[in-house]
Amino acid sequence: MVMSKELAKTGEKVKTNSFNMIQAINDGLKTVLEKDKRTLLLGEDIGKNGGVFRATDGLQTKFGEQRVMDTPLSEAGFVGTAVGMALNGLKPIVEIQFLGFIYPAFEQIATHVTRTRTRTLGHYHMPMVIRAPYGAGVRSPEIHSDSVEAFFAHMPGIKVVCPSTAYDAKGLLLAAVEDPDPVLFLEPMRLYRGKRYEVPVEEYHIELGKGTMVAQGGDVSIFAWGAMMPIALEAAENMKQQAISCDVIDLRSLYPLDKEIIANSVQKTGRVVIIHEGHETGGIGSEIISIINETSFLYLKAPIEKVTGFDVPVPLFALENDYLPTTDRIEQAILKVYEF
Amino acid sequence: MKEKYPLFQVMGKDGKWQDQTYEKELNEAKVKSLYYHMLRIRTYDQKGVALQRQGRIGTYVPFAGQEAAQVGSALALGEEDWMFPTYRDHGASLAFGADLDMMLLHWNGRIEGCLPSRKKHIMPASIPIATHLPHATGAAMAETYKGSKNATIAYFGDGATSEGDFHEGLNIASVFKAPVVFFNQNNGYAISLPVEKQMNSETIAQKAEAYGIPGIRVDGMDVLAVYIAVQQALDKAKRGEGPTLIEAVTMRFGAHTTADDPSKYRNQDEINQKREVVDPLIRIEKHMKGRHIWDSAWQSSLSEEIGEELDNAISRMENYQKPVVSDMFDYVFEKPTWTIAKQRQQIISRGGRG
Ligand SMILES: Cc1ncc(C[n+]2csc(CCOP(=O)(O)OP(=O)(O)O)c2C)c(N)n1
Repeated sequence: MVMSKELAKTGEKVKTNSFNMIQAINDGLKTVLEKDKRTLLLGEDIGKNGGVFRATDGLQTKFGEQRVMDTPLSEAGFVGTAVGMALNGLKPIVEIQFLGFIYPAFEQIATHVTRTRTRTLGHYHMPMVIRAPYGAGVRSPEIHSDSVEAFFAHMPGIKVVCPSTAYDAKGLLLAAVEDPDPVLFLEPMRLYRGKRYEVPVEEYHIELGKGTMVAQGGDVSIFAWGAMMPIALEAAENMKQQAISCDVIDLRSLYPLDKEIIANSVQKTGRVVIIHEGHETGGIGSEIISIINETSFLYLKAPIEKVTGFDVPVPLFALENDYLPTTDRIEQAILKVYEF
Repeated sequence: MKEKYPLFQVMGKDGKWQDQTYEKELNEAKVKSLYYHMLRIRTYDQKGVALQRQGRIGTYVPFAGQEAAQVGSALALGEEDWMFPTYRDHGASLAFGADLDMMLLHWNGRIEGCLPSRKKHIMPASIPIATHLPHATGAAMAETYKGSKNATIAYFGDGATSEGDFHEGLNIASVFKAPVVFFNQNNGYAISLPVEKQMNSETIAQKAEAYGIPGIRVDGMDVLAVYIAVQQALDKAKRGEGPTLIEAVTMRFGAHTTADDPSKYRNQDEINQKREVVDPLIRIEKHMKGRHIWDSAWQSSLSEEIGEELDNAISRMENYQKPVVSDMFDYVFEKPTWTIAKQRQQIISRGGRG
């Protein structure tokens, strides 16, 4: 069992549930709704239907229609509505049904969600969380598979996080809700019903802006997040057969990035592979390289390798596995930096 | 508002004439053709659901209940008119002339499934809700600009009326008197959300008033009424009198998609009971029987012919050439940028099925 450090530190026995990611998110939302009267959920099909992935299952029954609102089909409308709510003392948690459908709300996010604090010199702020399932690999229809976290990491004024485990999902969600500023909370669809983790019943937070080292090794540093984590770990595991050991780091937070965890690992290994399913150009991988350049240039022993999605629209599902990074591509990249 | 926007019907629920004005136009050949297309897309829809259940295609979007709305509207179009459908309007696309093989490939996750029909102006299904309404407006304006007499039609659901693009598409069309028909299928639900929670307006047709354009409410289970209403709106558009908003009141008999469980938000038994009473295929059959233009031998041979056509198409889909990896790179630009060329090379050199 992956008993995370945050948990072990307390030294006490903690009550947990064995949850997959979707259950952990549901549990996290329940926790915040119970705890903080200012929180409320908005989105399409999240009430009676419990969300198309069941992330909000049972919450409307428990908390009522005023706190778990089925909105009209109107992303610009309900994100804008959430802005008004946040201005006026509430803490809206918005669900975008799929990240590929966030675009109508892009304007609200780019021009209001992210700027309100600045343009009112801190008089108003936006304690808002926008949740969105993202990513390919589950045979979804067109547009449902986008992985465009980089658009938002580029946008000044919003934090971006992305868990890869059920444990992190709840802890990051609670921290995101607690945060006084807007947070985009990305949920890897592909991992929703994957592995179960021991998820504490009690509230716990995972600090925004902090990555986590999931596997330790000395030869190569692998940076990834979200749906790429399982294949990053698998590739690292396979490389052991060739006596290559890897640090595998789940960045979890895409804005801001965890500069320390990146620098510490790179200064140890000097060899780096970055994995993301978003398009290569302008992707977060380039930002990581920039941090490495700034902090660890002289430690590098090989040019950094990226294994990413391509600069093409995510294809329909017959080709999605050709679009997505694979363990094989990652292993080749590891070998390349190792043998350089 | 329901009085102001009465439900236009040509036949009653019993299939009898409600309005005989159009009898001449709705002659035996026309009615038989409408029936044929409804039967064809119904059969296709049933196969689609079955194929998905057997894991032979991906998520499928059923449209059972909406055959009259889709066929009536599609057959009203002229050869050169443009169709802008959603993911649920593959019935309309097929009736208008979309390629059946391509349609099946689309449900099988194949990019080839978005290839436009070679015969007609039919756009690939629009997945982001309401985004194609302004496109229909623009394509219509282009027809006017070119001096043609062609029009366009945009399909969308009740939920789509909540998006900004709905408003923007209609408003621009009305300002420029674009020859476009906004064809709404009000099937009562946007996934789980019933139309009463989608809007506070009693009808969708009344929204036309805000744009200063005609709004028509038509019985979407009455294929004859839909055909006439859409034809009239198209004629008007082609005369240069601008856009029309049509609300076809219909029902989605099944799930939103094969990934949806409607029992979470509605009583599906009730829907199934209602379905038997309002089924648009039964209604047109009754009508034809009343006019003595129903022939069961004709019907069985149609049914057989359609079954065979579909089975053959399904087998072609399943034996279709393997997906071509380079397809995802080769059509992003006319000439690939160096970035794409590099990425393409990487994957092809690794034995991608390029
Ligand atoms: C912009 C956008 N937001 C959300 C979705 C997800 N989604 C797909 S279909 C649908 C409901 C659409 O309802 P309606 O417009 O009534 O059409 P219907 O599906 O009933 O034909 C939703 C919310 C989407 N495709 N696009």
